[in-house]
Amino acid sequence: MTIPMIMLLLTFVFVIVRILPGDPALLHFERNVSPETLAEFREALGLDVPLLNQYFNYLGGIPFGDFGLSMQDFTPVSEHIQIRFPATLELTIYSMLYAVLLGLALGVKSAKNYDSVQDHGIRMFSIVTYAIPVFFLGMILQSIFSIYLGWLPTGTRFDPHYSTPATITGMYTIDSILTGNLTALIVSARYLILPTITLGTILCGIFIRLTRTNMLETLRQDFVVAAEARGLSANKIEYTYALRNAFLPILTMIGLQFAALLAGAVLTETTFSWPGLGTYLVQRIAHRDYTALQGVVVFFGILVAMVTLILDILYAYLDPRIRL
Amino acid sequence: MTDLLRIEDLAVEYKTRRGTARGVDNVSLNLEENKTLGLAGESGCGKSTLGRSIMRLVPYPGKIVNGKIDLLLHEDIVFPKGVIEKGFVNIMDLNEEELRALRGKEIAYIFQDPMTSLNPMITVETHFQEIMKAHDPDIKKEEALDRAQEILDGLGISPERITDYPHQFSGGMRQRVMIGLGLALRPKLLIADEPTTSLDVIVEAQILEEMAELKELFNLTMILITHNLGVLAQTADDIAIMYSGRIMELSPTEALFEDPLHPYTQALLESVPDVSKPDKKLSWIPGAPPDLVDPIPGCMYNPRCKHTMDICKTTQPGLIMNDEERLVACHLFGGEK
Repeated sequence: MTIPMIMLLLTFVFVIVRILPGDPALLHFERNVSPETLAEFREALGLDVPLLNQYFNYLGGIPFGDFGLSMQDFTPVSEHIQIRFPATLELTIYSMLYAVLLGLALGVKSAKNYDSVQDHGIRMFSIVTYAIPVFFLGMILQSIFSIYLGWLPTGTRFDPHYSTPATITGMYTIDSILTGNLTALIVSARYLILPTITLGTILCGIFIRLTRTNMLETLRQDFVVAAEARGLSANKIEYTYALRNAFLPILTMIGLQFAALLAGAVLTETTFSWPGLGTYLVQRIAHRDYTALQGVVVFFGILVAMVTLILDILYAYLDPRIRL
Repeated sequence: MTDLLRIEDLAVEYKTRRGTARGVDNVSLNLEENKTLGLAGESGCGKSTLGRSIMRLVPYPGKIVNGKIDLLLHEDIVFPKGVIEKGFVNIMDLNEEELRALRGKEIAYIFQDPMTSLNPMITVETHFQEIMKAHDPDIKKEEALDRAQEILDGLGISPERITDYPHQFSGGMRQRVMIGLGLALRPKLLIADEPTTSLDVIVEAQILEEMAELKELFNLTMILITHNLGVLAQTADDIAIMYSGRIMELSPTEALFEDPLHPYTQALLESVPDVSKPDKKLSWIPGAPPDLVDPIPGCMYNPRCKHTMDICKTTQPGLIMNDEERLVACHLFGGEK
């Protein structure tokens, strides 16, 4: 299932970038250039051969991790992905954690206090955060916490006055922990706070709503009432009975939201000048860097497919009714 | 004989968007020890609500608005945060902690659908461990396991299967597990809410028979809620017929089947097929169940009754005792209130 999906995505991206107006060769040069130079440039990029040949040339490299050369600086796209992906991964992991934990906590609270002021307040919050645009929230947080209050840094992911931790995973916080570098951990964490809150808050609305609905539904199930009738404690019922059962659909939603998270990451990264794959993608769109665009989109596609697969396995592990 | 349970003027209301519905309307009844009381009536008559009220587990948005529920305790109930002293205790006066100590320990409740009454995420063993631990925090895991296996064995479930998950059992076996969980702490009162409705007739017969045996074995007092009068004929000592949240008739089982007093009971029995009388013509009750949000004046059954008199449309009949010590709420038998 995954392979045809990726193939389809690949083809789609390949076609779409070429339908877009704009020419990578023209955009490469700042001033008017002679047609000869342009032709040379096109030849070097392999844009002179028929589309179908371009397509198969490109496709042939993918299984070997070869995403082609960038049409801007002629370095392999896979190298760019390798350098920039950890930044995106770090941001997405923390945002997802933040969104899921906040979503679960508020959703459970809301369901437990069904139809109370708290419940209505939390529901209102979830709708507002769900509807608010990423860049808008990002800018508001930036202006309050970085500009007015000056509490938190913004832009890029590390303070140039300090040295970055040794690269192991490329994720600064993880590397700092692995190398025991406390300063680097604090510096990188401070840079992460605002983008994480921005992206996580946008995502948490849907988790709040889903948790609330599922908790309400499970709390009304026979087995919950039966547990109450056996005199089990409220805590036990809420956690081992209601939340464990309500969590399965939430897990599915985490998988589905992962795609939304990557899309949100593009906007968040741009708002915070976060040097991840999202900003890279936006920069390269401006230059019609076909290979770079294809590479990043396909990489995102593979990532989403992998996350889905991992969640499926996790699902089977959590739900005794499903066995692989 | 002493009473185990005395319910007085119990009223339960459901607040809905359309208005307030009286799910249980001033019900009073006494239940003697070691007896089985059948609660019967059509859907929505309040029989389950009455059963759940006894445990104070009325489903949302229902609320007990009035009444006393006195339960006789033979021994003090000791739980981590206190003691409930023996003797009659009014369940309505208990706080959450005390209720929790009572639930599962003195009163057990068995639900209609065994397919959905067990937590699908945990094993049968965990279910047993939880209830034993909840009422006796010091119990050893091995001891709980031994006792659970013994209970399962007694119910005809192989003890090795205790590590299985609920979905690995059939409906009848799951109901046995539910019964086992219910009886794990030797409660005095067992409330069974349509325990066999979702099972096929053969399993139904087996379960009913087992329940009757267990009742003898554990000296249980039982409330059996059902719409199946045939089930009650075999198992109940007394039967209370409910309609629109009220008890219409309360008679010993044999008397009720032989000589039903209330016109509603008569109509119900006429609608039940009888294997011994293949020529019996079945009838039905015209009309529809009453709207509890917008109750009519007088007897709630009057629009569907064959014997409606003028007084039935104005005055609600009270539950009165006739000369055979049977209770009935009908103007045909007097009892103006």
